[in-house]
Amino acid sequence: MRIAVEQLTKRFGTVWANNRLTIEFAAGQIHGVLGENGAGKSTLMKVLSGYLRPDEGRILFDGKPCQLRGPGDALAAGVGMVHQEPLDIPAFTVLENLLCAAPPGVFRSWRAAQRALEELAERLGFAVDPAARLDQLTIGQRQQVEIMRLLLCGAQVLILDEPTTGITAAQTRALFTALRQIAAEGRTVLFVSHKLEEVAELCHTVTVLRNGEVVPPGQLVMPQPQEYLLTLMFGDAGTTPPVYRPLPSIDSPPVWELRQVTVRSGTLHLLDLNHRFAAGRIIGLAGLDGSGQQVLLRLLAGQLTPDRGQILVNGRDLSGAGAIAFREAGIEYLPADRLRDGLIGALSLAEHFALLQRTGVIVDRRTAEELARQAIAEYQIKATPLTPIAALSGGNQQRAMLALVPPTARGILAEQPTRGLDVASARAIWSRLQARRDAGCCIVFASPDLDEIMEYSDEVIVCFAGRIGPSIPRALLSAGRLAELIGGVGFEALVEAV
Amino acid sequence: MKRVAVLIQPLLALVAAFVLTTLALLSTGVSPLEAYRLIIFGAFSTPVRLSDMIMLAAPLLLCAVGLSITFTGGLYNLGVEGQMIIGAIAAMVPLRLWPDWPPLLLWLMAALSGAVGGALWALLIGVLRRYAGVSEIFAGLGMNFLAGGLALYMVLGPWRRQTSASLSGTDLLPRELWLPTIDRLRLAPAAPVIAVLALAIVWWALTQTRWGLEVRAVGLNPAASERLGIATARRMAETLAACGALAGIAGMLQVVAVHHALIPNISSGIGLLGLLVALLSRADPRWLLPIVVAFAAFTVGSIQLPLTLGIDSAIAGVLQGALVLFALATRARQ
Amino acid sequence: MDQLWIDIAAILAVAAPLVIAAMGETLSERAGVINLSLDGTMLLAAMTGFAVALNTQNLILGFAAAALVGALVAAILGVFSLTLGQSQTAVGFVLALLCTDLSSFLGAPFVRLPGPAVPFMPIPGLADLPVFGQILFRHDPVIYASFLLVPATAYLLYGTRLGLIVRALGERPAAVYARGIDVTRWRYAMLILGGALVGIAGAAFSLDLKQGWSYRHTFGSGWIVLAIVIFGGWRPLRVALGCYLFAALEIVATRSQSTLPGIPSQIIQVAPFVLMILVLALVNLASSPTVARWIATLPSVLQRPLLVVVYRLRATAPAALGQPFERP
Repeated sequence: MRIAVEQLTKRFGTVWANNRLTIEFAAGQIHGVLGENGAGKSTLMKVLSGYLRPDEGRILFDGKPCQLRGPGDALAAGVGMVHQEPLDIPAFTVLENLLCAAPPGVFRSWRAAQRALEELAERLGFAVDPAARLDQLTIGQRQQVEIMRLLLCGAQVLILDEPTTGITAAQTRALFTALRQIAAEGRTVLFVSHKLEEVAELCHTVTVLRNGEVVPPGQLVMPQPQEYLLTLMFGDAGTTPPVYRPLPSIDSPPVWELRQVTVRSGTLHLLDLNHRFAAGRIIGLAGLDGSGQQVLLRLLAGQLTPDRGQILVNGRDLSGAGAIAFREAGIEYLPADRLRDGLIGALSLAEHFALLQRTGVIVDRRTAEELARQAIAEYQIKATPLTPIAALSGGNQQRAMLALVPPTARGILAEQPTRGLDVASARAIWSRLQARRDAGCCIVFASPDLDEIMEYSDEVIVCFAGRIGPSIPRALLSAGRLAELIGGVGFEALVEAV
Repeated sequence: MKRVAVLIQPLLALVAAFVLTTLALLSTGVSPLEAYRLIIFGAFSTPVRLSDMIMLAAPLLLCAVGLSITFTGGLYNLGVEGQMIIGAIAAMVPLRLWPDWPPLLLWLMAALSGAVGGALWALLIGVLRRYAGVSEIFAGLGMNFLAGGLALYMVLGPWRRQTSASLSGTDLLPRELWLPTIDRLRLAPAAPVIAVLALAIVWWALTQTRWGLEVRAVGLNPAASERLGIATARRMAETLAACGALAGIAGMLQVVAVHHALIPNISSGIGLLGLLVALLSRADPRWLLPIVVAFAAFTVGSIQLPLTLGIDSAIAGVLQGALVLFALATRARQ
Repeated sequence: MDQLWIDIAAILAVAAPLVIAAMGETLSERAGVINLSLDGTMLLAAMTGFAVALNTQNLILGFAAAALVGALVAAILGVFSLTLGQSQTAVGFVLALLCTDLSSFLGAPFVRLPGPAVPFMPIPGLADLPVFGQILFRHDPVIYASFLLVPATAYLLYGTRLGLIVRALGERPAAVYARGIDVTRWRYAMLILGGALVGIAGAAFSLDLKQGWSYRHTFGSGWIVLAIVIFGGWRPLRVALGCYLFAALEIVATRSQSTLPGIPSQIIQVAPFVLMILVLALVNLASSPTVARWIATLPSVLQRPLLVVVYRLRATAPAALGQPFERP
């Protein structure tokens, strides 16, 4: 099926996630959709699969305009979406999951469904046991099951969102073989990815999104030179020479030291980490969503207990001591979702300062309000000490969270510290973080924004598919090289060189 | 606009609750106006009824105050009924062991023992929740059955009447151990004083102390509280213990000021009514006292219904339940 | 030996209302909604069913009215929790108390009136079978219905396409939504179906097991059913087993009143409730990570048998139980 969008526009508040997109994806081909985080790829995919409704413009299936009221409509029209974490039912067996809410008339009986599944698996080269429970399978296997379910339910267009994240190399090969087969049978495959090498290997065409627009307008036929695609994706960031800041020499013990640490979280399994995080540095964690940055941050915050190995904080072994012990040792964690994990929305800034008081029976409101007032002045927070945090803008919430970090903190872990902030707020946040760094803090942050990583890090650690690379001085890194590394290009060589 | 909504929403709930109650009343064929006159004003019609109302309001306020602590901390303590029963049993212990000691000392010991009993019983819920993963709702319900069984056992077993074991309760306590009452009324002034004092202390603790602020933080957002260095699990256990202690004191009052004995139904559903009060007030201490007085008045006022109008007194519970239900409906989406 | 068969038959009979209510609650909870109002719903339905049957002298109408009441209370819970987004726990609890008082108030004129009752109906032929006849085929239609309801519920949940959707609603509503199913509408349907069964269970008390109506007629059965559903791990067969276990405890309790004169009968009546909660704690304990960690520290000889026991006891709740579903 041919699938097209015309003048498609989707806004979130003031952000134009998709700005008058016009694209056509031909049947029988694999189409790559490239773009950095926030470029508008997922919005486009959600619109095509019925999760979001466009503000303007229309969707055409085989030239016919189509209104999608939900993902059910999209599937009925022949568009199936494979999410990064497959939307299956983990407590079900493969066969149950296949039959659950299948369109009427597709499978006459359980046995017919099983036969159809086994036939398709054979054709695509997948190995599945129809009786296996999904929660016993790996992400890669669940993805295969999901692809087959969508095809059997009549999908003519298959959209895959970052499908190779969290799956093994063998599974990736199997996936590619299957996708080629699916396209060869006349279906359309949309392959959404950051990973240039994979797009180069697999796709017939590529569409690059940047800031909600297609650059250059229209599809490119593969192959294309890698450097060209990188420039399209990231703009000219790679060409400006980085400003070099000499790294201070390290004489104090590192803020964190990981010795042979192995840790597991969800589907990710970080093996044998050996890293030192020195004081007075800003260390940026670069990588695709879910490549291991969050796991590393939570490990350093004491929220995850390693299966093996030791974590030393300021030279003291705190393996398995728990987040509160880490906090007392001077480690502060600033989560990405500020209102869910970071601050208490219904309480004011003054009350947050009061919560940090560790002595006295009665809340010392005077001091708390004074501290809040100071913080408001110093961090230029637009609020009064008594405004509930939930009423603040994102930037002000982030400043408030930063203001609450005690001056004694030795290590700050920031997950996407400027998420959702405008440029001015982001710059303000960074000047505070740099001040903390200069005062001797070690700051480790994760960000999907490569410009941010390049601009503010002293050292960069690349995470790729659940593997943590060595720390690289920023001066030795160009934006283009970083973009390649997070896509896995040359990552292997980097790890082996150490 | 927001101001208007704040006024209109409770009004809507009130109207809806009265519509439902009126329908129930109409189905029995009595005049709803006559019934409402008794339900709403009956408790204030004679000094005796007023004193009965106050003696119901006192333990109810204690339970509701305790529950407002657990609600603030984000927990549904359905076990409050059992905590009250255990408080009553525990309060009986010193009273039965040393009946000759000075009454004042015994009352203090009974209160202390009741509070400790209730608190420990409540902590069991915390233990079940934290270590066995039983939701506090089912743990609480189960513990209520257990406490009820224990009260029955004490009444029919070790503490049975000297003449013969009876479901109506243990032997009455010696007169001098009854909490002193105002002449010819059943009103023991100490009970409401204790309850209001508890309200004042808890109000103060929740709004003024560091502990109260931390409890609020835990109730609002456990994850963020933990990040800010608050011992979340510990605060939850403390709120349960505090609620259990207050319910235990309510149980003790039932023994020394109302029934003057341990009876199987010593808690009389007061704990569950307290849950309704806490839900309706959204654990806001300012609303507790007026709601408690209103609910106690409904219950006491409706006691006359079977005699005067020939209808069942449970209509008070219908009105109370409907008020809370519709109040929930008019609140903002979570 | 005959006494034993009679006892077993009695257990099956006593458990009938529990089984019916438990199957109803299992269906709701499998779809992700906790109906905490069970105890009140059963009382209100028992009262209504009795009153209607008494006034019309028609048992079928009585059961129908009870089912309607159960469905209505469930629908109210649905409006408040699924549509208005209030906590299922809070609304269910308030409804439980409200319906209890409503049943006491509206049921006052019917207290201890003699009324119609489901007639005893041995199945011709089968009733004369040795042992089986005595146990299974000398009952009344409500009890036969409870027998059939268990495999029917199990078949619905595990043998049909509909059951797949119901279970998926409780496990991962987002996945069901992605397949084009209206999550809220289906949750309403299961909640109301479950509520109707709970209502029928109430009538099974007032028109069959404990014929007539009195204040708090079902004696806390609704709360026990909620516990049994957890004990049964939300699986119909195990839930039914829990009901029969509880009924057996009740029978044993009544029997032991004559053999253990030292213990007051009222205590013995509470004992099954208490035991049930202890079992519940045990089941939950078996599912907790604390225990898994504790077992891992034991010598390996003990680990395997303990793990087997724990695995058998374990009950995993539907993953999305009690959680609201927001359309993405």
